[in-house]
Amino acid sequence: MAFEIKTPGLATTVQDQGRTGHYNVGIPQSGSMDQYSADLGNALVGNTPKEAVLECTYLGPALTTGRDAVIAVTGAPVDVKVNGESRPQWTRLLLKAGDELSFGVIQGGTRYYIAVQGGIDVPEVLGSRSTYSLGAIGGFQGRKLEAGDLVPVGSPLNGGQLPAGDTVADEFRPAYTKEQTVRIVLGLYDHRLTEDGLDNLLNGEWKVTPVADRMGLRYSGPGVKWKERVQPFGAGSDPSNIVDAGYAVGSIQIPGGTQPIILHRDAVSGGGYAMVGTVISADMDLVARAAPGTATRFEAVSQEEALLARKELAERKNEAWAALGASR
Amino acid sequence: MTSPSTAAAQQARYTWGGDEFLFVEVSESMSLAANFKVMTLASKLSAADLPGIVDICPANASLLVRFDPDVLAPSTLEETVRDIERDLGNEEEQALETRIIEVPVWYDDPFTAEVAERFREGFHQEPGGTDIDYAAKVNNLKDAAEFIQRHHEQPWLVSMVGFVAGLPFLFQLVDQDKQLEVPKYLSPRTDTPKLTVGHGGCFACIYSVRGAGGYQMFGVAAAPIFDPAQALDDFKDFMVLFRPGDIVKFRPVTEAEYNEIQTQISEGTFRYRQAPATFELSKALADPAGYNQELMEALNGI
Repeated sequence: MAFEIKTPGLATTVQDQGRTGHYNVGIPQSGSMDQYSADLGNALVGNTPKEAVLECTYLGPALTTGRDAVIAVTGAPVDVKVNGESRPQWTRLLLKAGDELSFGVIQGGTRYYIAVQGGIDVPEVLGSRSTYSLGAIGGFQGRKLEAGDLVPVGSPLNGGQLPAGDTVADEFRPAYTKEQTVRIVLGLYDHRLTEDGLDNLLNGEWKVTPVADRMGLRYSGPGVKWKERVQPFGAGSDPSNIVDAGYAVGSIQIPGGTQPIILHRDAVSGGGYAMVGTVISADMDLVARAAPGTATRFEAVSQEEALLARKELAERKNEAWAALGASR
Repeated sequence: MTSPSTAAAQQARYTWGGDEFLFVEVSESMSLAANFKVMTLASKLSAADLPGIVDICPANASLLVRFDPDVLAPSTLEETVRDIERDLGNEEEQALETRIIEVPVWYDDPFTAEVAERFREGFHQEPGGTDIDYAAKVNNLKDAAEFIQRHHEQPWLVSMVGFVAGLPFLFQLVDQDKQLEVPKYLSPRTDTPKLTVGHGGCFACIYSVRGAGGYQMFGVAAAPIFDPAQALDDFKDFMVLFRPGDIVKFRPVTEAEYNEIQTQISEGTFRYRQAPATFELSKALADPAGYNQELMEALNGI
């Protein structure tokens, strides 16, 4: 059974929880940008959290299903249509063979997810079905979807059993706002910023620019200042340069001191720009939801607070699954 | 070069990338000794086989470790790496079991020349010239030919793999005063031909895929270094050719030789010339040129 792609949308890719263990040779983790939304999509259709989904960016695809299918659309708010008729998001939907799924205009956020019972059944590459476009591996032939693609869907899991609940309650749906506070742990090369520079980073208002994709999001704002110094051998001439090093996913670099870049799931694995802090793992989905123009403040927290937030997010996912009557 | 004793004695700086990454900066500046220490830390940490380690990424002069804090407490990880670092000081000889790989390069090729031409004004320090002429000038060399000679006559160490899939950063195995240093482009290009041999700061690289890049462009490697389809024999085990610690010897090829290699690639018969080698830090530091000669004999013996 397969989905036939009529129009592909802007950048629709197959994603799962990502691919680790190969960052040392420059292969990034990839995976759904907003893991929370993808995860709950899987819950609604009776999958485990590991099944692959379709990630749609701004403009979604139009597709038809070759067989009856159980699907759910989660993530950023968008008008979901089946054969042209509006259907709810965050709710399990039944598609009959030949039905067409399409989308209206996105109303906030950046990405929404199509989960299907049985998952998107492309082959695993290095342990994951996620698409890494730059390296042309994983997903559907290593690339975003194109018109005419037949995207394979797997067989239902657990004997086709579906959770009792068919809708994610409001309290478990993420908010898509024009303002965000993103928690970061300072570190890596933050000591290279001047006091004023650090103050700008933590107390200034930063806006997401349109230069934002799966690799990273660029922000504009008050800028920062780097301490002047004689650069070490091999580091490059700008005070924001370092001897090329590995990049932590979620870390913030500020080339030349002007525009911060938060590295996200398809980030380059290393390079020569100093990083000044790292978004905590629990807030990576929040960053993924930030549309251009989103006003952002960076709040410094301790590593202990980051670990606590990580635990809270895991518990929240468990509660959301339990509320549907699904078990992880 | 930095003496091994200073780099080994200097304590690394430990810092965190949020709740999932430990970053260990062995040295702020680049040196063979610092890179050697990074690779030793990485291999010993890997051998320790701690549950909860996700990725161990050795870089030029620093180590990045990704871990799962639900399984491995940050403090346990830090203590383990610090213990490994402390023990390094007691080791007599630092050696690396590695291999030497010969990489054919068409220097001053038309592919990079075409892209370079599109990115001059606003991108390049000398919009009127070429990248190799510029590199020769800033290194006080006579001409492009002398620069190319210096580029391939001594081998390079893969000091880091990353940026994009399979891209090697290369550090030439020569004294610091003989290192070729070139600034990066003033502003990064949006295009770089696949397999471009680039240079920024003291590092050479080979771009594994087409895409953005800021390094000066000197030529194009003749054969793939990242092969997701794993079609060639050298990629049967893994889609990425290089590993940190590999030694690379560039071999200049003519257009005719380049085309011959393309034929071999399309027929699936191309193999990299390579040989196993033991790389000993003390020898490399004591007499780089002499030791390089010795290393190259392994390759010439094939």
